[in-house]
Amino acid sequence: MSGAGNETGVIGPGAPAVELVEISKRFPGVLANDKVNLAVNHGEVHCLLGENGAGKSTLISILSGMQRPDSGSIKIDGETARIKSPRDALKIGIGTVYQHSTLIPALTVLENLMLGQSRRILLDKGRARRRMEEIAAMLGIDVDSEARTGDLALGRQQQVEIISALWKGSRVLVLDEPTSMLTPQGVEELQKVLLELKQRGTAIIFITHKLHEALAVSDRITILRRGRTVGLLSKEELTGSTPEEIQAKIVRLMFGEEATALEGAAELQTRLADVEKLAVRNAPPRSGDSTGDIVLQLKSVTAHGDGLEPGISDVSLEVRAGEILGVAGIDGNGQRALAEVISGQRRPRAGTIELFGAPVHRHGVSARQKLGLRYVTDDRIGEGIVRSLSVSINLFLKRIGEEPFWNKGRIVPARINAESEKLVREYDIRTPGLASRSGTLSGGNIQKLLLARELSFDPKVVVFHKPTYGLDVRTTENVRATIRRLVARGAAAVLISTDLDELLELSGEIVVLSRGRLVGTVENGRDAAERIGELMIGDTRTTEVVA
Amino acid sequence: MAIATEPRLESPSELDTEPARPPARRGHAFVVNVVRSLVPMVLALLAGALVLLILGRSPVRFYSDVWRYGVELNGWQNSAVLMAPLLLVAVALIVVFRANIWNLGYDAQYLLGATLVAGYGPWLLTHWPTPLAYIALFLMSGAAGALWTIIPALLRAYYGTNEIITTLMMSFVGIDLANILIKGPFQDPTVNIPQTKTIPYNATLPNIPGTQIHIGFLVALGIALVMHYLLTRTSFGLRLQVLGANPKAARHVGINVRRLIISAFLWSGFLIGVSAAIDILGLWTYVRANWNPGYGNSIIPFVFLARLNILAVIPFVAFYAILSTGGDLATQSVNLPTDFLLVLVALILLFMTIIEFLGRRRELGQSYLTQGLKDALRQPLIRRREPK
Repeated sequence: MSGAGNETGVIGPGAPAVELVEISKRFPGVLANDKVNLAVNHGEVHCLLGENGAGKSTLISILSGMQRPDSGSIKIDGETARIKSPRDALKIGIGTVYQHSTLIPALTVLENLMLGQSRRILLDKGRARRRMEEIAAMLGIDVDSEARTGDLALGRQQQVEIISALWKGSRVLVLDEPTSMLTPQGVEELQKVLLELKQRGTAIIFITHKLHEALAVSDRITILRRGRTVGLLSKEELTGSTPEEIQAKIVRLMFGEEATALEGAAELQTRLADVEKLAVRNAPPRSGDSTGDIVLQLKSVTAHGDGLEPGISDVSLEVRAGEILGVAGIDGNGQRALAEVISGQRRPRAGTIELFGAPVHRHGVSARQKLGLRYVTDDRIGEGIVRSLSVSINLFLKRIGEEPFWNKGRIVPARINAESEKLVREYDIRTPGLASRSGTLSGGNIQKLLLARELSFDPKVVVFHKPTYGLDVRTTENVRATIRRLVARGAAAVLISTDLDELLELSGEIVVLSRGRLVGTVENGRDAAERIGELMIGDTRTTEVVA
Repeated sequence: MAIATEPRLESPSELDTEPARPPARRGHAFVVNVVRSLVPMVLALLAGALVLLILGRSPVRFYSDVWRYGVELNGWQNSAVLMAPLLLVAVALIVVFRANIWNLGYDAQYLLGATLVAGYGPWLLTHWPTPLAYIALFLMSGAAGALWTIIPALLRAYYGTNEIITTLMMSFVGIDLANILIKGPFQDPTVNIPQTKTIPYNATLPNIPGTQIHIGFLVALGIALVMHYLLTRTSFGLRLQVLGANPKAARHVGINVRRLIISAFLWSGFLIGVSAAIDILGLWTYVRANWNPGYGNSIIPFVFLARLNILAVIPFVAFYAILSTGGDLATQSVNLPTDFLLVLVALILLFMTIIEFLGRRRELGQSYLTQGLKDALRQPLIRRREPK
């Protein structure tokens, strides 16, 4: 195990930098990895593609030392390496950038970097700064070491994470869904950094759900399904065939042969193709016309945020029946405050909220719920469900004490179970049983549970907060179809999302939230993505130049 | 219903917390829980025997004496009398613990209730019809206990102040207040020791016919059953459970969290106050200054062994009541201070923690030993090898 010796990692491309051989990992009840093979060369971007639960995260957590495989081996430059902890992985030069930021917002960039690296009692700031500048120069990026990370845009924060991952050497860089939080401009910058690293011989493992991204950045693609390697697309295959052929092939591999037999598989494939081309360009079906009655109206609403999450100030918007109003913005720009102020979880400091023309801003969650207002939270596991309670109770959490499921305060299990069974079937929630603890469900099924709960009993206005975040393609399509069906029935929806593609696919009108304010409205159509992107970074860009 | 076939556990963060085993059958889970609750008690009794041996006492003698004085002859009746307040305190703790609220002010809540009952009881019981006086004293004592939780409850509900600290602080204040009351307005003028007047002998709670167990035992049992129903079958119980398991979800689903926190506190304080009324009217008849039976501290481990389930806590309370009743005499017969009983309770707590830890790791499919522990055990061996 030669560690820090290979800091620059400039080795001729071609030799496999890292090789995972026959990796198996079993969790109780699940075979997460079943003899998975993965070889990544120096100077290569290798994409790992697969549905949720395909075993991608398990595989990289083994590579980064968070988990240990039950069997199989990891070879670094042809030599078997023993990676027992994240520290071991870093020493060998395997750096990982996780989907969610691991930086501490209150600390400066340099402090964050030293936090993970220094084991000495005395901190050596000078040395750390030199190392930081060395890596930044190598990547061709410019970072202020004294800036508080909490003040940086997410793209910048990610760059800091990449520097941190490369601290001990740049042999292998693992990126877990790195683009999910970025603006289109941020994605471009990331691609530049990846190109730079590639030329220096770093092996890059890139994990994503998004097909078009995988095709854009990767040299080779490995596809996982149900814990197994089911396909490896070589560079020749990727460049040799038409995009349509590749997509068809990937979809087949990701979802199995049965995917083609599945009802609506053809539609699924066209959907994927649409996403690739940014569906909007062919003018999407507008979600209803904007002549419906105004059902939800916010007038100059101001509310506090909590902690580092900003609040919202002076937000006014109106939503009409049969419409999906999109709210775009980079994560952490007041989305949570907006969603909660509408749902009633947060009291506004100023302004009024009207539902069907009647003020509701003094009402609590359950009063608004009874009026037909629903909220599908983005924090599914954190606040959406109670993991220790059963699936059926979780389906009824928002109706505790209500007739006919409670009779004068006494629970009527038979009615709850009968209704739950119906909902489980209707929303295709995959659960071992109604009495199973909801915490044992997968992320996609938890989201289906939340949808079932919020969309049952006549919803009229529904706030969706990042409804497809972290879901696989199939569940994503499923959720989007549900939203479309909902507004087709005449309900209204507010779709708060950080996924531009999603907004462009579903919404007719998109407002942009930046630093807690609505900075503009964009009609969906040609160039909508670019205009939204500009509004999103509009006032953050200026501050970053200063920083 | 579709059966989940897809592999789960996608993100590593989920792995830390989420046991991924296929749902155990209900019966199986029950057996596991029973085993996990009984093993710590057995281990504690064995370890206690070891301690006795080291001290040169006969464990056989000690444990057989516990049995003899706690169960045989009239022992079981004394144990049952002790069970009454213990059971109510246990129920009171379960109500708040289910909501993940730590009411640790039980000593003051008990003593204030007890002091009021002993202070006003003699007068009320001689001037009012007995049943009416009983009810008044029960309510008064309960109200005193509930009142003493209000400040921590409001602080927790409105400002999120840590109730472990506030209830403990209020407990110190409340215990001293009880002492002031005993030495001041409630002092029995006929004696020189600081203590309240005594409830007349003929006015104590009547016994269950044919026994020497006062009816407070039945009252406590009845309240426990009602509370069990309330916690497991009603919307109030479910709301408490949601609040305890995930406060963010409670807010999300529209539960009035503030009101719920306050009412959980009030219920808890009220029940502790009632336990004091039963105890004073049925057993003690007066309160002496600086007296504190410390029911809460002794019963807490058993509340957790019973997994916050009221039906399950009943046998545990019976066990402790027997241990305590029999142990009082048994410790004397082997010439040890009664504090040895606290050693046993502490051992139960210790083994419970260990067993829970191991059980949790088993659920997560991990090795029984933590990586850190293994490394620490291996370290000396590795070091020794290195110089060669």
